[in-house]
Amino acid sequence: MISRFGSYLLLMLKVFRKPDKWKVYKKQLILEIYHLGIESLGITAIISVFMGAVVAIQTAYNIDSPLIPLKMVGFTVRQSVILEFSPTIISLILAGKVGSRIASEIGTMRVTEQIDALEIMGINPPNYLIFPKITAAMLINPVLIILSMGFGLVGGYFVAATTQLFTTQDYLEGIRGWFEGYTIVYALIKTVVFAFIITSISGFEGFNVKGGAIEVGAASTRAVVWSSIMIILFNLILTQLLLS
Amino acid sequence: MIEGKNIFKSFGDHLVLKDISVKFEKGKTNLIIGQSGSGKTVLMKCLIGLYEADKGQILFDDRNFSEMSFNERKSIRNELGMLFQGGALFDSMTVEDNVMFPLTMFTDQSKEEKIERVNFCLKWVNLENANKLFPSELSGGMIKRVAIARAISMNPQYLFCDEPNSGLDPQTAGVIDELIQRLTEEFNMTTVVNTHDMNSVIKIGDTISFIYKGELWWVGDKNQVLSSDNQELNDFVFATELTKRLKK
Ligand SMILES: Nc1ncnc2c1ncn2[C@@H]1O[C@H](COP(=O)(O)OP(=O)(O)OP(=O)(O)O)[C@@H](O)[C@H]1O
Ligand SMILES: [Mg+2]
Repeated sequence: MISRFGSYLLLMLKVFRKPDKWKVYKKQLILEIYHLGIESLGITAIISVFMGAVVAIQTAYNIDSPLIPLKMVGFTVRQSVILEFSPTIISLILAGKVGSRIASEIGTMRVTEQIDALEIMGINPPNYLIFPKITAAMLINPVLIILSMGFGLVGGYFVAATTQLFTTQDYLEGIRGWFEGYTIVYALIKTVVFAFIITSISGFEGFNVKGGAIEVGAASTRAVVWSSIMIILFNLILTQLLLS
Repeated sequence: MIEGKNIFKSFGDHLVLKDISVKFEKGKTNLIIGQSGSGKTVLMKCLIGLYEADKGQILFDDRNFSEMSFNERKSIRNELGMLFQGGALFDSMTVEDNVMFPLTMFTDQSKEEKIERVNFCLKWVNLENANKLFPSELSGGMIKRVAIARAISMNPQYLFCDEPNSGLDPQTAGVIDELIQRLTEEFNMTTVVNTHDMNSVIKIGDTISFIYKGELWWVGDKNQVLSSDNQELNDFVFATELTKRLKK
């Protein structure tokens, strides 16, 4: 366990080096932004809309006192989507989607000697393979999360528009009230850290595969499990640091 | 010339290479032969630095490779091509991009120059119209040939081939052998080939190093290999029914 963490750190030292060719790196970066980001837009949108809707319904059901204004529904949806649901839940989903993809891609390259082929050409394989993925995710995930927040709020609006639980006017007033910009900053810091966790851990797991196809599968499972655990752990640490 | 001096390598407490010293000459096809598991691949990977030898020296034309850092090794690696046992083509790239890859990474050639070089290499391996195919669309023999084209795209001085014709029919295997031999002579490369195919041994073995259980057991050439009185070598050479009958 400790020696694994050590080799993770050593790998990261090799990842964060100057790329051999910036032109090639830029090309890879754009490709990874597409694969890791744009291709995750659909699932992000669907999950976010439903999440927003469910939070809205639950909050509305829980407000039975006439003293609490129904505007609170919109407020609660906004706060929980920004603070927790978008950055954390969506990052967990991405850990599953993106993490397994990265680990199996790099793991397959390892077992078919493609990584050895890179190395004997004189290329630094961790830098060539993992650096573009880490940087792409750290750039594109904040965009995904901001969009997710938007979709979450839209989900709540659908509930207002289609049920009698609360009115759209209540809802819109609620999501605009008592707004603190810092909550967005907090969410984006979390997102960037989670993006690093997902891509670096999955890259590490893929890079260290030994054996064949079965080990590639096992590595991709480990990538998802460890990224998820680390996301949850760092969610606690960052929340403690940034919100208290 | 490539020289390995007193190379030892173990994995855990399994000693795979025991005090191996080899010399591979320029302009010649140098073979490493031996049974499956004797340590051929490990030796080759030690020579090019994919495994660090526990002890010993590796010299590329008197440049001490074993003592260099990753960055110092880069210059030698740019002069070195390798054909892996499974080809190791990049799945995500077309044949053309695979062969072009080293050029893109290490030269400042224009697109036209690179394509010209790619086509030159593909012509050498007789794959003139395969530029846009992906590795998954190629046969085993084609994969090997593209891998050779990629290995020679930087005009290497040293060429390493790990079992270039394993898994191929005898005819295709012969084509690959000839190709390696012609390339070696034409470009005056130092070529090292791992093989346990007796056809290759007697056809292209300018020098032959026989590895037995991790030790260098016998050194010679294709004319001597059939008439040696070394017991272990004979067991290896005359292992198949065909060779046994030919001996009689
Ligand atoms: N990465 C590794 N870790 C542990 N042991 C290894 C490793 N690579 C090779 N070995 C061991 O070293 C020995 C020699 O293996 P090697 O791959 O060099 O054989 P080979 O001569 O190339 O055989 P083949 O002709 O089948 O390719 C084997 O016993 C193998 O188990
Ligand atoms: Mg081998």
